[in-house]
Amino acid sequence: MTTETQKTTPMTMIQALRSAMDVMLARDPNVVVYGQDVGYFGGVFRCTEGLQAKYGNQRVFDAPISEGGIVGTAVGMGAYGLRPVVEIQFADYVYPATDQIVSEAARLRYRSAGDFTCPMTIRMPCGGGIYGGQTHSQSPEAMFTQVCGLRTVLPSNPYDAKGLLIAAIENDDPVIFLEPKRLYNGPFDGHHDQPVVPWSKHPQGEVPEGYYTVPLDSARITRPGNAVTVIAYGTMVHVAEAAARESGVDAEIIDLRSLWPLDLDTLVTSVKKTGRCVIVHEATRTNGLGAELLSLVQEHCFYHLEAPIERVTGWDTPYPHAQEWAYFPGPARVAAALKRVTEA
Amino acid sequence: MPQRKPLHLHVPEPTGRPGHDTDFSYLPLSAAGAKRRPPVDVPAAQTNDLAFALIRVLDDSGQAVGPWAPQIDSKVLRRGLRAMMLTRAFDARMLIAQRQKKMSFYMQCLGEEAIACAHALAIGQGDMCFPTYRQQGLLLTREDNNMVDMICQLYSNARDPMKGRQLPVMYSSKKQGFFSISGNLATQVIQAVGWAMASAIKGDDKVASAWIGDGATAEADFHTGLTFAHVYRAPVILNVVNNQWAISTFQAIAGGEGTTFAARGAGCGIASLRVDGNDFLAAYAASKWALERARSSFGPTLIEWVTYRAGPHSTSDDPSKYRPANDVARFPLGDPIARLKQHLIVLGIWSEEEHQKVQKEVEAEVAAAQKEAEKYGTLADSHAQNIGEMFEDVYKDMPAHLLRQRAELGD
Repeated sequence: MTTETQKTTPMTMIQALRSAMDVMLARDPNVVVYGQDVGYFGGVFRCTEGLQAKYGNQRVFDAPISEGGIVGTAVGMGAYGLRPVVEIQFADYVYPATDQIVSEAARLRYRSAGDFTCPMTIRMPCGGGIYGGQTHSQSPEAMFTQVCGLRTVLPSNPYDAKGLLIAAIENDDPVIFLEPKRLYNGPFDGHHDQPVVPWSKHPQGEVPEGYYTVPLDSARITRPGNAVTVIAYGTMVHVAEAAARESGVDAEIIDLRSLWPLDLDTLVTSVKKTGRCVIVHEATRTNGLGAELLSLVQEHCFYHLEAPIERVTGWDTPYPHAQEWAYFPGPARVAAALKRVTEA
Repeated sequence: MPQRKPLHLHVPEPTGRPGHDTDFSYLPLSAAGAKRRPPVDVPAAQTNDLAFALIRVLDDSGQAVGPWAPQIDSKVLRRGLRAMMLTRAFDARMLIAQRQKKMSFYMQCLGEEAIACAHALAIGQGDMCFPTYRQQGLLLTREDNNMVDMICQLYSNARDPMKGRQLPVMYSSKKQGFFSISGNLATQVIQAVGWAMASAIKGDDKVASAWIGDGATAEADFHTGLTFAHVYRAPVILNVVNNQWAISTFQAIAGGEGTTFAARGAGCGIASLRVDGNDFLAAYAASKWALERARSSFGPTLIEWVTYRAGPHSTSDDPSKYRPANDVARFPLGDPIARLKQHLIVLGIWSEEEHQKVQKEVEAEVAAAQKEAEKYGTLADSHAQNIGEMFEDVYKDMPAHLLRQRAELGD
């Protein structure tokens, strides 16, 4: 069934992610879902609520508190022929699994020349804005986008979250699926002192009930414009939209969606049109994904550029607790960058 | 209260070093035939004594004794001895080839042949081993063994199934039940548990067999593997090959002092056996026991195989710098080939003459395979791989950035 002919329903990002796993558990008997607290309880963010009751504990189950064990078993299951979808409770907790992700999952196809493969999707909530402090707020995407053999995906809304997660589960490469937890319940634009807008009020909160996919290497222009290209992903898409609205700058906002491999053509076409570029991410700046994006824009668009490219990012500090909103790259900082770049 | 001495860091030291003999009394031994063989459905906790004992079948006179003596066809016994001899001949010839620079590196399994060769004969079609770099016997024992492909991998030549991407000895052969060897340690243990969990999830009857050395049991993946294997009662065998040495560090540096590696399993609620790894019959019997237990849904078994790494860690290692040269001769469990040979002669199904004849046969087989492999080049003749293949298999389908980089390389 195509998206156009499907019945849609308003969903939060949590419901959309759950719906994606529900659809795939029903479609493919090789899909299994597991992680800490994901079985009976349904996950600390409730993303897997009800799935064990529906599909049984052979398909959806709890795992010991061991990220390395969760990903390591997924490598073995993938090699057997399953399609594991595992949850790391917070992206901040993924580091014990680094060896299994970087040295094993990402390279099994390469090192065995295709003799063995291990398709898997590793879901993990990322980003701040929930007073999570330095162990519940990190955005470690650059750690994964640097690894050959991994796909890294980060949706900004319920529609994309479901379509990308289904595409990730079906993909034969290991996929790191980062979920900006501040967007789980609404399109947060960085104005933390204003009431939360629910997803039901956002067009991308209207989600088909059945199967559909969003391709893993395509960006999406969320706001067409001519004055400057903003490259963002996750929560920062909504922050950038607020910044454009409030500054009056006619920004073209690109939601990257797939961080690596990425949709270079959409970036290059846009920057060649606008001649200016601002890159926004919540992660720390130095050696962040923004550095690579900036290099790519420079390599492919140098003769079209009319101003220096700017980055608006988290500061190069651990994510602080009480100073969260001074750390978070909110709409005021993005708007200031839009002004500087368009007035340069 | 007596006065305390200042604290002092305990750094374990082997009893022997170059110039003075090892005192092997650190290894708890049991007499052949002395240890009980519980039924395969025994609760794990009731194997705890076997984690500290040593299961042995072959006695000093070459007789198979005690409850672990397997019912084993004389054809299988002869095949096992021949497989060990082939494995040793393969290693010997590949070491020479490495010195001739036909490959960059090699790792032999001298003295440890019984473990992998017996295990390979015990394991079933469709089961999957997750080996380390010292289980070439698993491949060489198989009736469908492909020595030519193995040597091509060692040579990184034009027929290398790994396309020149992996260090020598990092074989992969799915159809032969041999998982791709990684090169970083212990990662395969938890993967084997995951593979076994998948077999259970699918309601199949396949068993995974994980391999690790004594040294790498210190890695988190080993302990994680024990936890997951126990929690999900995974159909997996966790083989710990305790060959006493991890490059230059003695097994006490890995945590073997005053305990055993099999005891790790007991602590995790896993049936655990400590077995004479140089005793082909004990290796076969313990492997069969663990396979039957796993396949019958009674859960995992940890087997510590006590053996001795008779050769250097690799061709890049010189053990004369850190252990006595006479260690292997003084190791109390002897040589696995000599012990099985003695047994077969006692049984009257082998002879000295036949041994010489088979020795010549296996050497000729290896030489013929080597000759065939060299038709596809060696590392020495820089018989280069297709350079463009470097970019393949990073992803299932090559993404745009790799297409651009391949073009940039000019391929």
